[in-house]
Amino acid sequence: MAEEAEKIRRETGRVLGRFSRKRGNLIPILQKVQHRLGYLPREAMLEIARFLDIPEIEVYGVVTFYNQFRRNPPGKHSIRVCLGTACHMKGGYITLDAWKRRLNIGQGETTADREFDLDTVACVGCCTMAPVTVVDDKPQANVEPTRVDGILLAFEREREKKHKENRESS
Amino acid sequence: MKTVSLTIDGRKIIAEEGTKLLWVALDNGIYIPNLCAIRSSPEPAAACRLCFVEVAGKEAPVTACTETVAEGMVVNTRGKKALRLARSAFELLMASHPVDCAGCPANRSCELQKISGHLKVKLKTKRLRTLLRELPIDDSHPLFTYDPNKCVLCGRCLWVCRQQLGIGVLGFAHRGFQRVVTTFADEPLGQSRCQECGDCIAVCPTGALSFKDSAKPAARAVKI
Ligand code: SF4
Ligand code: SF4
Ligand code: FES
Ligand code: FES
Repeated sequence: MAEEAEKIRRETGRVLGRFSRKRGNLIPILQKVQHRLGYLPREAMLEIARFLDIPEIEVYGVVTFYNQFRRNPPGKHSIRVCLGTACHMKGGYITLDAWKRRLNIGQGETTADREFDLDTVACVGCCTMAPVTVVDDKPQANVEPTRVDGILLAFEREREKKHKENRESS
Repeated sequence: MKTVSLTIDGRKIIAEEGTKLLWVALDNGIYIPNLCAIRSSPEPAAACRLCFVEVAGKEAPVTACTETVAEGMVVNTRGKKALRLARSAFELLMASHPVDCAGCPANRSCELQKISGHLKVKLKTKRLRTLLRELPIDDSHPLFTYDPNKCVLCGRCLWVCRQQLGIGVLGFAHRGFQRVVTTFADEPLGQSRCQECGDCIAVCPTGALSFKDSAKPAARAVKI
């Protein structure tokens, strides 16, 4: 944890070093910091607010407004539930609920073990496959709640297999 | 001071040049519903869409908070088209408002009640389906309570907090239906840098920000 805090401070500082203290730099700064850290931790937002001399809520307001910003570290696997029109009609929101329940996290969050992060997207261009969930950048077709369980099971199997291999090789 | 003369609802009025119509009307005792207008702000937010009026010669109604007065202007605050727009905006707003005036600290001083009376639209709208936000109430501060469900996102509280007092504890965050007035990281107000001036409560037009009974000071007016 201390390592993480140190990394946040170092990387944020590096980015800030390349900008002037102008309010208009807020979004480019946020983008660069997220690029380096994968997300925008609380300490980074506070540091940026101090640097630009603006209230911290203003940074928070911008970060929560734009979809491109995340406030949680990315998980090893990314789960993106499509809520575009077609997927919505085919019950995409029920699929989203299933993911939330199974992973025990909300939209925009990451599991405690950093295995999965969950978010929504709006139409990924393969509506005939609705309801779609994009798993690690690959659109999966007809992801109903039972498929959610299936996908998670496959990940678990893979994990077990790796575990075993590691044990055998050591 | 350069002035212009105009007519509002048949009354001749002299106003300072460059002023927005809304303030001229209000200063002359002519009420126009409004929530998001802030006199000391350089840019009107024009977000609430309640202040529609009709101006002779203009085809469509205009928002009074953005319309600058002009020489010879003839204004009707009671035009059918304007009221229709204002009523719809009000109904949309109230469709996600938990109406419970009897148990609300703002009862009888609430701007929403005033607007409802003025526009002759019920607080509980029948025409639209209700969709409540069901957000948690923040009771963490020793002096006041914040009920985001009753917030109409007018922005008055954050304006006093930031622009007038330079504190900036409150602000808008999140987007769409999730938009709220909140603190950094949605932390409880009791943990924020709040300096307990209470000005945000004084300017809040609804029961969203209210003093706890035990902490109620004498009512005071805060100008924004
Ligand atoms: S905020 Fe106003 S309209 Fe809403 S419950 Fe309170 S008094 Fe009634
Ligand atoms: S808390 Fe009150 S003053 Fe602040 S935005 Fe909401 S309604 Fe307006
Ligand atoms: S709506 Fe989901 S892929 Fe188009
Ligand atoms: S007061 Fe004019 S739009 Fe809100």
